Amino acid sequence: MNTQIDISKRKQTSKISFMNILANYSVPILFVIICMLGIYASKLNMTYILNEIVIRLSRNLFLVLALIIPVMAGMGLNFAIVIGAMAGQIGLIAIKVLDMGGFTGFLMALLISTPFALLFGYGTGQILNKTKGKEMITGLMLGYFANGLYQLVFLTFMGTIIPVNNPEIILSGGVGLKNALDLKFIQYSLDNLIKLDIAGVKIPVVTILFILVLCFVLRFVIKTKLGQDFRALGQDINIAEVSGINTNKTRLIAITISTVLAAWGQIIFLQNIGTLNTYNSHEQVGMFAIAALLVGGASVTKATIGQAVVGTLLFHTLFIVSPFAGKNLFGDAQIGEYFRSFIAYGVIALSLVLHAWQKYMKEHNKEKLG
Amino acid sequence: MDEQYILQLKNISKEYFGNKVLKEVNLNVKAGEIHALVGENGAGKSTLMNIIFGMPVIHSTGGYTGEIIFDGKTVDIKSPKDALDLGIGMVHQEFMLLPGFTITENIKLNREITKHNPVSRILGDIMKSLDIKAMRKDAKEDLQKLGMDIDEWLPIQGLPVGYMQFVEIAREIDKKNIRLLVFDEPTAVLTESEAEKLLEAMKKISSQGIAILFITHRLDEVLSVSDSITIMRDGEQVSHMNTKDATLAKIAELMVGRKIERVVHEIRESKNNNEIIMTIKNLKVNMPGEEVKGLDLEVKKGEILGIGGLAGQGKIGIANGIMGLYKSSGEVYLGNTKLELNNTRKAIENKLAFVSEDRRGVGLLLDTSIEMNIVITSMQVQNRFLKSLFGIKLFNIKDDKAIRSWALKMIKDLDIRCTGPTQLTRRLSGGNQQKVCIARALTLEPEILFVSEPTRGIDIGAKKLVLDLLVKLNRELGVTIVMTSSELGELRSICDRIAIIYDGKLEGILNPTDSDADFGLMMAGKYGAKEVV
Amino acid sequence: MKEFWKRITDKYGYPKVLITIFLIILCIIAVIQQQNLPGLLKDSLVRIGMNGVLVLAMVPSINSGTGLNFGLSIGILCGILAGCISIELKLTGMTALIAAILMSIPFSVIAGYLYGLLLNRVKGDEMTVGTYMGFSIVSLMCIGWLLLPFQSPDMIWAIGGKGLRTTIALADKFGKVLDDFLSFNVLGEPVPTGSLLFFGLMCVIVWLFFKTKTGVAMIAAGDNAKFAAANGINVNQQRVIGTILSMVLGGIGIVIYAQSFGFFQLYTGPLMMPFMAVSAVLIGGASAKKANIANVVSGTTLFFALLAISLPVINKMMPEGNLSEVIRIIVTYGVILYALTKVGGDN
Repeated sequence: MNTQIDISKRKQTSKISFMNILANYSVPILFVIICMLGIYASKLNMTYILNEIVIRLSRNLFLVLALIIPVMAGMGLNFAIVIGAMAGQIGLIAIKVLDMGGFTGFLMALLISTPFALLFGYGTGQILNKTKGKEMITGLMLGYFANGLYQLVFLTFMGTIIPVNNPEIILSGGVGLKNALDLKFIQYSLDNLIKLDIAGVKIPVVTILFILVLCFVLRFVIKTKLGQDFRALGQDINIAEVSGINTNKTRLIAITISTVLAAWGQIIFLQNIGTLNTYNSHEQVGMFAIAALLVGGASVTKATIGQAVVGTLLFHTLFIVSPFAGKNLFGDAQIGEYFRSFIAYGVIALSLVLHAWQKYMKEHNKEKLG
Repeated sequence: MDEQYILQLKNISKEYFGNKVLKEVNLNVKAGEIHALVGENGAGKSTLMNIIFGMPVIHSTGGYTGEIIFDGKTVDIKSPKDALDLGIGMVHQEFMLLPGFTITENIKLNREITKHNPVSRILGDIMKSLDIKAMRKDAKEDLQKLGMDIDEWLPIQGLPVGYMQFVEIAREIDKKNIRLLVFDEPTAVLTESEAEKLLEAMKKISSQGIAILFITHRLDEVLSVSDSITIMRDGEQVSHMNTKDATLAKIAELMVGRKIERVVHEIRESKNNNEIIMTIKNLKVNMPGEEVKGLDLEVKKGEILGIGGLAGQGKIGIANGIMGLYKSSGEVYLGNTKLELNNTRKAIENKLAFVSEDRRGVGLLLDTSIEMNIVITSMQVQNRFLKSLFGIKLFNIKDDKAIRSWALKMIKDLDIRCTGPTQLTRRLSGGNQQKVCIARALTLEPEILFVSEPTRGIDIGAKKLVLDLLVKLNRELGVTIVMTSSELGELRSICDRIAIIYDGKLEGILNPTDSDADFGLMMAGKYGAKEVV
Repeated sequence: MKEFWKRITDKYGYPKVLITIFLIILCIIAVIQQQNLPGLLKDSLVRIGMNGVLVLAMVPSINSGTGLNFGLSIGILCGILAGCISIELKLTGMTALIAAILMSIPFSVIAGYLYGLLLNRVKGDEMTVGTYMGFSIVSLMCIGWLLLPFQSPDMIWAIGGKGLRTTIALADKFGKVLDDFLSFNVLGEPVPTGSLLFFGLMCVIVWLFFKTKTGVAMIAAGDNAKFAAANGINVNQQRVIGTILSMVLGGIGIVIYAQSFGFFQLYTGPLMMPFMAVSAVLIGGASAKKANIANVVSGTTLFFALLAISLPVINKMMPEGNLSEVIRIIVTYGVILYALTKVGGDN
């Protein structure tokens, strides 16, 4: 049994190979190139771009990070974080009703949203456990469905079943929430707690601190027994099951964590934006977060914190520059906007195709090799 | 007396949907011995193992009867977890290893060594950190016990197959309470030297007081490593002996021997008929688990040729390969013309027909009517049962009238018991489903009919009907039949010649009347060694 | 009662039974509210004629084994493109409609063929991949609508702006030509005879197709791929044919839809359209593996009658907000979700 030498040899060669690196990071490299071209074509100044990037990183990264655990646990891209975002918005609506502003209001929103997120996460997990192997399409449909329920509650129950008669937020008929809620009372409550100005780039220190803490928590979780179970599930759910891991429960935990993080992420996002589009703010959350993660080089089966950061950075750079680039190149900003939504959908579609293709080929090969 | 046994099974019986698969089986395994369990496929070994491991499939199908005594106490094993808690382990035939995990992580899968951290004290054990150092130390020790010297932090992905098997075993012996270890065909995927190494490791394990239940087809391994042997056949325990009293021939005979009821009494003159209808040269078929590795065989016109052999040796792969269901290479001649391989349509066009061993998976459209099941292949390949729509030649639609009358004829001729030609095949009994499959094959008017496992999962009465039907087709329609079966008895009851397949190749051809020992040895791949033993 | 309920739900499936009950309740409320009943009936018929062909497009894809066609928006885009060309050619009336339908077919065939090839490489994940392929092609075509060199003043922005308008009015093109064809009045309301007849005709054609040799092979391939392969049927080919047929029907379907609706909706208009068709066929009792014409007809009737009737009824009950739209969302995705959990349960 002298194959050991072979193994160590192979390890070394793979370390050196430059082509390997290129192949492994092809997606982010491609997007770096697109972003550079976009920045060049947009003719924007760097300070503006950097400022925008910092703002967008700090407000979006939390949501992107919320996706990592389900990927690790083999549940794919969690399109159902939309439901977490709804829980976050419930928290925000609650503090609007309670009229609590500032940092206290922000914390209160987190607090109120959490039980909802736990409940929604648990429900989502239950449904996804019934549709193993089809988590992504189910998550997507669940998101749309939940959106219907959400609208039902806030359009018809507000002012009727839920007695709220604050004319500032309720429609003129006394029933239903207004389409847009002003969140000025908590806007920047997190971002502006401590703000640093480095060479004209304003940095929301506490928000970034929040994100850093989350990164550490995620890394910690990965190294626990629970994290080990997630990873085991991610590789082969059947083997995990046979070895005695309670797979359904573990999946439930994974999706619940993701949902709670999405709720908090949405609150961070909206405290920066400052307006809650009651019926739309959450709709695109899943798509944009997922696209960002994938741009960073993640796939349906593998996602790391690094990929989340790089992906968010690149994806949002593209977001900043593409309308300007479109205007400069084609005389129409609209093209740039359509282009970026094409990129968002396209990168997800591509990633799904590659994943499904690999899965199919693997099964195909298994049949051939025996 | 009983105390020395670690595991005793008493009068274990099990039925699947009225089909008795285990009949009053007894098995006694002593602590620290290597106990071989041998038998043909379908003898009931895997069902027995499923019972020992409390697999859900047993309990969802009505449980079993009989008594299991483990370490002197009667136990009720309801789930795999119960088995694990008792100290029963299994080395799987398919590796239960996670490719992206290291050897250590796999050995310690779901039994990780953990330590408390501030978070876990609040949120519970699940948040405990992994103690990688302690895990590696344990893993290293386990590997050393098996005589393995390898870095325990290597990922599984990329390890040679032999190593994976050892990791699998290391995982089992890492369980401190392990008392009994089941090896299910462990050497099937190994090279000869790897297999030897494994057998040595097994001896080492048993010398540490862990009993081993060794399931295998390789009789020489049984003789070289085991202490005692239990032989099963048709769901019954037929013999138990100490290895020192056993010989290859004796085991082989017991494994396959049974009363033969020859349906066909006359040994036919077809032997004198030497017209070859099909010649197979160096056929290789890539069918997982039933690989054919270079088979040469001739089929005589008008005969019923049986193909036998143990499971996994490749007998099933032959018909599947020729019919183009699995990738194959080599040469197949029909008379003098060469058949294009890997092309099912061509095979059917050349008057070959196939009744698959996987009746419900491949053989039938379960939610479609009997009549469509019967005519569909003929319609697709031979353009029969079609008529033009509104007299336009281009638009051919199915000819319901012709289909109906043909189906009714088939139902009558083959005596398919059903409510009518429109009944869904899902609702038919196994035997009648099989008749529908045969009816479809007959509709093609084949010259050679391949039938695989024609009586699998069919109750005894219907078995005989199906076999009689095959004989009738052969005699009355002159169809050459190539029948593959795991049940040697049924091959010997209707075939003219029986080809035994071993390790993907032809081991030899026997007459149905040859002795049990000959069949047994041939199936064990030891026919050549007959004189020596 | 319990027995009866179980028998009914077993036979028709929960979605169909629940939607029927819901529809009956809405009808009763409509009577109580003294709604214009013939008007409601007309609205229902119009919507059925409008959407029927789009729902029918699900049948070939389901039966060929590629499952619910979540990527139907690709076929829809082909139909819209053909419709725009027909306008560009200054055609009007029935000619314009027929031209649009005929021109959509080659586009749909090519798109369906390529999409079918893709689906053959992602077996088992057709739904997820299909959804996002649909989304990305729709967003790609958004750029296309901006850049395509159409000249007709009826389609491009009058002043400023680039490319085609977001909605293109068909009133003086081929709007309503099929609805008005052979139309007659019942209780003072016009019946969209032409659209309904066309829907019926398409149903008959699809029904006949599944009686042909290819149709039989397609059903076998979709039902049990291993069986089909073992009996000389080229499974991948059948899947491609099924996808092409589905896309062709999708292309024709949107032209019919637009003629009745009176507008083409470009840009993100087609984005969510497949889901309605998917939901309707599921309500009709189809599964992700089997669908027939009866499923299409009953599903289309139930779903679109529900939408047509719920709009005035619910708006009268709750004038604020857009509750009927909310109900559409909940029904559409609830039904799909239910079907998904059923598929999961079988595995």
